[in-house]
Amino acid sequence: MAAVLRERAGTEEVRAARRRPDGAPPRRKGFQSRGSLALALLMLPGLAYFLLFHYGALAGNLIAFKEYVPFDGIWGSPWVGTGNFRRMFEDAAFWDAVINTLWIAVLQIVFYFPVPLALALLLHTLTYSSVRRFVQSVAYLPHFISWVIVVALFQQVLGDTGLLNSSLDGMGLRTVDIIGNPDAFRPLTVAQVIWKDAGWGTIIFLAALAQVDEQQYEAAAIDGAGPWRRFWHVTLPAIRPVIVLLLIMRLGDILSVGFEQMLLQRDAVGPETAEIIDTFVYYQGIVGGDYGFAAAAGLFKGVIGALLVYAANKVAHRLGEQGVYR
Amino acid sequence: MEKPKPVTQAAKAVALVAVVLLVCVPFLVIVSTSLASTDEVVENGGWVLWPTEPSLDAYRDILDGGIVTHALGVSASVTLAGTLLSLACTVTLAYALSRPGVFGGKPVLLLILFTFLFPPGMIPSFLLVKELGLLDSYASLVLPVLVNVFNLVVLRGFFQGIPEELYEAARLDGAGDWRVLWSVVLPLSKAALAVVGLFYAVAYWNSWFYASLYLESDHWPLQQVLRTYVVAGSGLTDATTGEATVTAPQTVQMAVLVIATVPILLVYPFLQKYFTKGVLTGAIKS
Repeated sequence: MAAVLRERAGTEEVRAARRRPDGAPPRRKGFQSRGSLALALLMLPGLAYFLLFHYGALAGNLIAFKEYVPFDGIWGSPWVGTGNFRRMFEDAAFWDAVINTLWIAVLQIVFYFPVPLALALLLHTLTYSSVRRFVQSVAYLPHFISWVIVVALFQQVLGDTGLLNSSLDGMGLRTVDIIGNPDAFRPLTVAQVIWKDAGWGTIIFLAALAQVDEQQYEAAAIDGAGPWRRFWHVTLPAIRPVIVLLLIMRLGDILSVGFEQMLLQRDAVGPETAEIIDTFVYYQGIVGGDYGFAAAAGLFKGVIGALLVYAANKVAHRLGEQGVYR
Repeated sequence: MEKPKPVTQAAKAVALVAVVLLVCVPFLVIVSTSLASTDEVVENGGWVLWPTEPSLDAYRDILDGGIVTHALGVSASVTLAGTLLSLACTVTLAYALSRPGVFGGKPVLLLILFTFLFPPGMIPSFLLVKELGLLDSYASLVLPVLVNVFNLVVLRGFFQGIPEELYEAARLDGAGDWRVLWSVVLPLSKAALAVVGLFYAVAYWNSWFYASLYLESDHWPLQQVLRTYVVAGSGLTDATTGEATVTAPQTVQMAVLVIATVPILLVYPFLQKYFTKGVLTGAIKS
């Protein structure tokens, strides 16, 4: 599909280029066609970027079927057929990474997913007050903080000599071993995701909640519905499509959990708990130099991931919700 | 509607205060620790909530022309240049794709949206950058992430929302497409441009992984230095003197952390002012 699309885009450019020399494009639609030429030129830098750094790199996935020899480059390296994939399927470390990825993703769906929803419902009850705006501003902020800083902050607060443990120590209580403890790693990563993105995640729910007609609440109240029943019959139906859509899309993206987050902390707890598919690719390829093998693992993830997203989108449509793309 | 019960109100207040404290206290701790003296930090076990005698020594140490000063310069330059370049390429592409009847608009849009579904992958991207000869150049931090699909879709959606009459009027006045973009569309899109520009700037400022992938350590930006200094807790080798520094004291580490965070805190109010509108139009359109 990619190749076909690229071919077509190519011919568009050729056509655009062919019109340029005489300076007088066909006057079929007057201004429209002259405008189109200018627009095609405007498109070029951005389009060139996508062709080179996305489709060019995509073509580089050929390396997954080769043995990479630095001197020969991607094109000159010898073919090994499906050898890299066979090695990958027999590699226990690869499957450990797949299982870790799924584990962390499931934990995130169960424990992270409800938090922005709950926070949005809480914020929504504070209609149009300055308190609400202030809390929103504070809660969105961590989304813009880099993972390096987030991980460093967590170390400072939860580490051996951090805020929590020295306070516990000062009160004569037992300290807790969180940072660098493999058993605590998965809950820790979920806590980090909640801290960083739960506030930001409320935006989409708040937008859905804002669509609810106030009169519906009033009508329900007049009919004798208490707060709980108003929530159940008015609020929930309004945000259900968003919940379903987000959940389905998250399931479609289940092979991805925060790569930067895991990479930053993998060495502290070891690959047994912290290796995910993306870090596996990184350590095999970039660190280990086994590019063909690592690219095979990456391509495997890419293909399965794209199929899952596609399937998730189909399911969303089947359920009558609007998907992410049509 | 009846008044909410006091218990409910109290529970809400507690929850809101908890949210605010959970976000703010970590920042307070790092700022306070960076301002404290090393003795006070050691005495207190590694952190300080409120320094008794605040001093800027830690900041003076790291801004004295060493690794952090250099990294700060790198981060600032890459962020500035990257944001301008990204913004230029995103605006032109988004504008072209927002106009009806542009050459190949539809296939190009499909081509771009497909990259969202199927990213090329880390290894092929790395090998491409390597084969293009971009390794250890600052261009490797910008070119591979030049246009962000989400930002593109947000801008395109915004441009499409501009009333068609304005385009018509400009055309009747004899303005070409470039002219329309420059004198009609851009002045009307200040809010959207601010959001997208700030998104790019934040992304460039926060980026560290590409630097670790493509650059030698003496060219690292601040976030990657921070990663080595604070997260991994190892010392750094000074590129100019070749001397290995010992692991930095806690106050200095926290000062680096503060310096890496402050620009985000500074632009945040502006971002905050614009983004809900910008993000939402984009999210709904896509």
